[in-house]
Amino acid sequence: MPVFFEKRDIVTPGDLLAEGDYFAGDNTYKEGDKLYATRLGIVDVAEKTVNVVALKAFYSPKAGDTVIGKVVELTIAGWLIDINAPQQAMLRASEIFERDYKPQRNDLPSVFDIGDLIIAKIIAYDRTRDPQLTIREPGLGKVTRGQVVEITPTKIPRVIGRKGSMISMIKEQTGCHIVLGQNGVILISGKTPENEHLAMMAIRKIEEESHTSGLTDRITEMLKKLKGSDENASKGTRETETN
Amino acid sequence: MPAKAQEKQKLIDKEGKRIDGRNPDELRPIKIEVGVLSNADGSAYIEQGKCKILAGVYGPRETHPKHLALPDRALLQCRYHMAPFSVEERKSPAPSRREIELSKVIREALEPAVFLEYYPRTSIDLFIEVLQADGGTRGAAITMASLALADAGIPMKDLVVACAAGKVEGKLVLDLSDAEDKLGEADLPVAYMPTIDAVTLLQMDGNLTLEEFEQTVNMALNGCKQIYKIQKEALKAKYVALKEVAEE
Repeated sequence: MPVFFEKRDIVTPGDLLAEGDYFAGDNTYKEGDKLYATRLGIVDVAEKTVNVVALKAFYSPKAGDTVIGKVVELTIAGWLIDINAPQQAMLRASEIFERDYKPQRNDLPSVFDIGDLIIAKIIAYDRTRDPQLTIREPGLGKVTRGQVVEITPTKIPRVIGRKGSMISMIKEQTGCHIVLGQNGVILISGKTPENEHLAMMAIRKIEEESHTSGLTDRITEMLKKLKGSDENASKGTRETETN
Repeated sequence: MPAKAQEKQKLIDKEGKRIDGRNPDELRPIKIEVGVLSNADGSAYIEQGKCKILAGVYGPRETHPKHLALPDRALLQCRYHMAPFSVEERKSPAPSRREIELSKVIREALEPAVFLEYYPRTSIDLFIEVLQADGGTRGAAITMASLALADAGIPMKDLVVACAAGKVEGKLVLDLSDAEDKLGEADLPVAYMPTIDAVTLLQMDGNLTLEEFEQTVNMALNGCKQIYKIQKEALKAKYVALKEVAEE
């Protein structure tokens, strides 16, 4: 039962990963006895399951995921939301107006209009149905302020870090409120645009270097350095103003 | 072309070298880049000899028009197009009979590699643009299109790699150039998935004996295996370089 890779190797579609008594995890497939990769990514094996963490992939909806999407269409039954998935998601009007929803009476655009960003949760999705959304939970609903960063959805776990270490560090360093959509859309709202910008830069760097190790330390260092220079710069301008 | 002029330009010289100085079993120099377009979900660019081809992939996304959507799998749509300036005499930009055929052939060469059944009711759109043609464009297009698909994050059984072999002035040669294709006796493009050892395209233009045919197919498969290595390196290149810089 050999394994044909070293931990954290970069593999390409069709690479033979293992033979024999192994299970096919994420982004792999098994044909007969042999296990191959299906995407460009980084391999790992845990308890006989071979996983490939994709370096580039689009979002595949999963029930229970929190996502950030954009309203693209209004229909009689509700809103169609672009959540960066292969299919558009549906947010039914009855989710908001409850049982007494009447298209003649209730005004959909006054709740969400085309172009609005919303934070929602996926309640159902499978092969036969397009994703269904809900906003009936605390923290969900229309986005009113903040900035949005889009990254590859498979890198969201990297932004969260081990037990949330990365994301809590960024929140602490920048003082921003950050909402992670599992579809790769991240909403950042902070006290000042500078803080938001800092958080955005950190997230961009994580995306670029997600496949390298020791990332949390490097990001902390970068944020501290940038914060220092920012404060100095603003001090400098204040001094020149008083002069 | 008058017969005399044709005789003058020998395609293979006395030492067995070809007009561009290659050995019979030698590929043209290949350069591949992945992720060159920022608007497309996935993209790739190839230079094989004088061929220059660019591809962009979108999807899986909603199918338009909707009635084309398949209930059980994704629809792979492919457009092979030659730029008006890609050949010596201006080519009309409208799709020709040949381009429509090649679009179909390339699509069918790539379909077996893609897990289309994972994404029902969606479409994957592949656009191939030939910027400069010099023989063997379908092979180069397939090689690069499979990279563009992988770059878009579409799950695949294997990368598809294609290469042509043929017969020129009685000799079997690998990776024909435009002149060899037009003046030679036979051209045989093959598309192949190396790790699962499956041929997805095999065409032949010209005449070969049964024995020659077998030799030519093997020659083309060997060419495919050589290109496969370059293809894999090209796909990894961006990330390997970043990894080295970050972990030094």
